[in-house]
Amino acid sequence: MSLRIVVTVKYVPDATGDRHFAEDLTVDRDDVDGLLSELDEYAVEQALQIKEEADDAEVTVLTVGPEDATDALRKALSMGADKAVHVEDDDLHGTDALGTSLVLAKALEHVGYDLVVSGMASTDGGMGVVPAMLAERLGVPQVTLLSEVKVEGGKVTGRRDGDAASERLEASLPAVVSVTDQSGEARYPSFKGIMAAKKKPVETLDLSDLGIEADEVGLDNAWTKVEEAAERPARTAGKIVKDEGQGGKQLAEFLAGQKFI
Amino acid sequence: MAEVLVYVDHVDGAVRKPTLELLTLARRIGEPVAVHLGAGADAAAKTLGEYGAVKVLAADAPEFADYLVAPKVDALQAAYEAVSPAAVLLPSNAEGKEIAARLAVRVGSGIITDAVDLEAGDEGPVATQSVFAASYTTKSRVTKGTPVITVKPNSAAPEAAPAAGAVEQLAVTFGAQATGTKVVSRTPRESTGRPELTEAAIVVSGGRGVNGAENFPLIEALADSLGGAVGASRAAVDAGWYPHTNQVGQTGKSVSPQLYIAAGISGAIQHRAGMQTSKTIVAINKDEEAPIFELVDYGVVGDLFEVVPQLTDEIKSRKG
Ligand SMILES: Cc1cc2nc3c(=O)[nH]c(=O)nc-3n(C[C@H](O)[C@H](O)[C@H](O)COP(=O)(O)OP(=O)(O)OC[C@H]3O[C@@H](n4cnc5c(N)ncnc54)[C@H](O)[C@@H]3O)c2cc1C
Ligand SMILES: Nc1ncnc2c1ncn2[C@@H]1O[C@H](COP(=O)(O)O)[C@@H](O)[C@H]1O
Repeated sequence: MSLRIVVTVKYVPDATGDRHFAEDLTVDRDDVDGLLSELDEYAVEQALQIKEEADDAEVTVLTVGPEDATDALRKALSMGADKAVHVEDDDLHGTDALGTSLVLAKALEHVGYDLVVSGMASTDGGMGVVPAMLAERLGVPQVTLLSEVKVEGGKVTGRRDGDAASERLEASLPAVVSVTDQSGEARYPSFKGIMAAKKKPVETLDLSDLGIEADEVGLDNAWTKVEEAAERPARTAGKIVKDEGQGGKQLAEFLAGQKFI
Repeated sequence: MAEVLVYVDHVDGAVRKPTLELLTLARRIGEPVAVHLGAGADAAAKTLGEYGAVKVLAADAPEFADYLVAPKVDALQAAYEAVSPAAVLLPSNAEGKEIAARLAVRVGSGIITDAVDLEAGDEGPVATQSVFAASYTTKSRVTKGTPVITVKPNSAAPEAAPAAGAVEQLAVTFGAQATGTKVVSRTPRESTGRPELTEAAIVVSGGRGVNGAENFPLIEALADSLGGAVGASRAAVDAGWYPHTNQVGQTGKSVSPQLYIAAGISGAIQHRAGMQTSKTIVAINKDEEAPIFELVDYGVVGDLFEVVPQLTDEIKSRKG
């Protein structure tokens, strides 16, 4: 039987651009360039490698996000994913992690999965909580923050490098996995891949397709509320000296003045 | 007064500093009740009481070490049900965030991660966060359920406030998910004898400019002269010069020390994301155009191979 791999990918504002908040204190996604969260490229890469090792597997990429989020799906398809699912609904604007995980979980059940692969965190909100929430909601093992992952004989194994120890983990499928940026460089889409991606199917779903009520998601129903957002004052310009043989000593003088020595 | 659950981060009963910070913050909201899972509750209780824990709910079972995350969620949920707290606080590390995430789903509560400050508010605790690579500061609140909040290390100075801190056994029943992910083996990291990166008051980081693993002892010597921790940029980590556990930045650790020294680091946005909230920032870089200089309180444009050893020697001689 075919191994159904679903990768959850997020469309995020470009971190190298100017990111800000919209008037309703949600992340401004209109006035900025968006892209596939770089950390989700690692998830797509691992999914593709697992597929290449398997006898018969299929990789679906799944996103919850605005219309433009199709860009993220196309990028993943051009890397080599087989098909895409886009959950899009006006009522989703402003949904927080709890709501997003609910929508993703319903969509995963709708699509069908043996293995879910997520990134370690999104590069905008960056909470790093959605994969654990998905495991909780789906009632399947959580095998997260892996820097190495393998799927064999209905089991997923991997290495999780923590602060105190490096752990080897093992769980039976179905399971939710998340991978770190230590898991291996993501491939670049080839020209052929980019062309092929244009013809790959993208299924669009809205909340009613997933049996979710509008009052379960969205900004007004979020479980958290941002009350204030202030741009951090620019750091006041510091002193910069050119080393002309005494740079280390000058720096020591500064540190002593600040009572660090 | 309302009780606030504080999840204890410890190594066999040795309580780690971020937990003391949590207890300090928890007292702004209510009475801290500590939740200690695994061995060493009695030893930990002494410290936890000293920092204000009115009691310590303790559970020990092999499941906590043998399976990933889920057993701890069962235990924290048991504590949650026993106490009906006003808020649940956990340290913002990988495991703390995952436990928080699952608890929030289970009890239907909102979750805030990576808070850098916490105060009581009319409608519940208000959390300060630093977002978009620390270019914005936000204040947020949980609007549904019991606030579940993870707090970054170095967010408060731990203050002693002696309380009873008596140990009570917590009864935990493990659910079907608890044993889903087995920890097959665990290789502990060797201790370096240096302070923990995220907890350190001083961090000295090296980047691509350090130009080889064999040169990292220069960075280590400077860190040691100041009693600090050692960090590295991703470029240095990817090159295999320093372990990933020491990476500072978006996909590494985020640090907020009193003093951050960057040597041979350009200051890319992803690196800034992990160090921009440091109190005092110092950089040594031979390129005067390097973006890191936009952040510094003091910068030296120069060759780190000249500046760093001179600085280390000068610190040593001043310290005598
Ligand atoms: C999704 C994503 C996540 C990322 N996460 C992180 C992260 O967590 N942490 C992180 O650090 N990066 C991260 N990065 C990478 C980041 O974009 C930069 O590539 C990286 O920070 C560069 O490291 P660097 O400053 O050491 O190297 P470079 O940018 O190459 O800078 C080296 C600097 O050293 C200086 N130099 C060279 N020789 C000397 C000398 N002898 N004396 C003095 N100065 C010298 C040079 O002038 C230069 O400014 C991430 C990137 C992505 C896309
Ligand atoms: N809106 C979304 N659509 C699809 N996947 C998401 C979405 N939000 C988060 N994820 C997944 O969850 C991971 C962690 O996200 P976060 O918890 O937001 O940091 C990401 O790397 C994605 O794999």
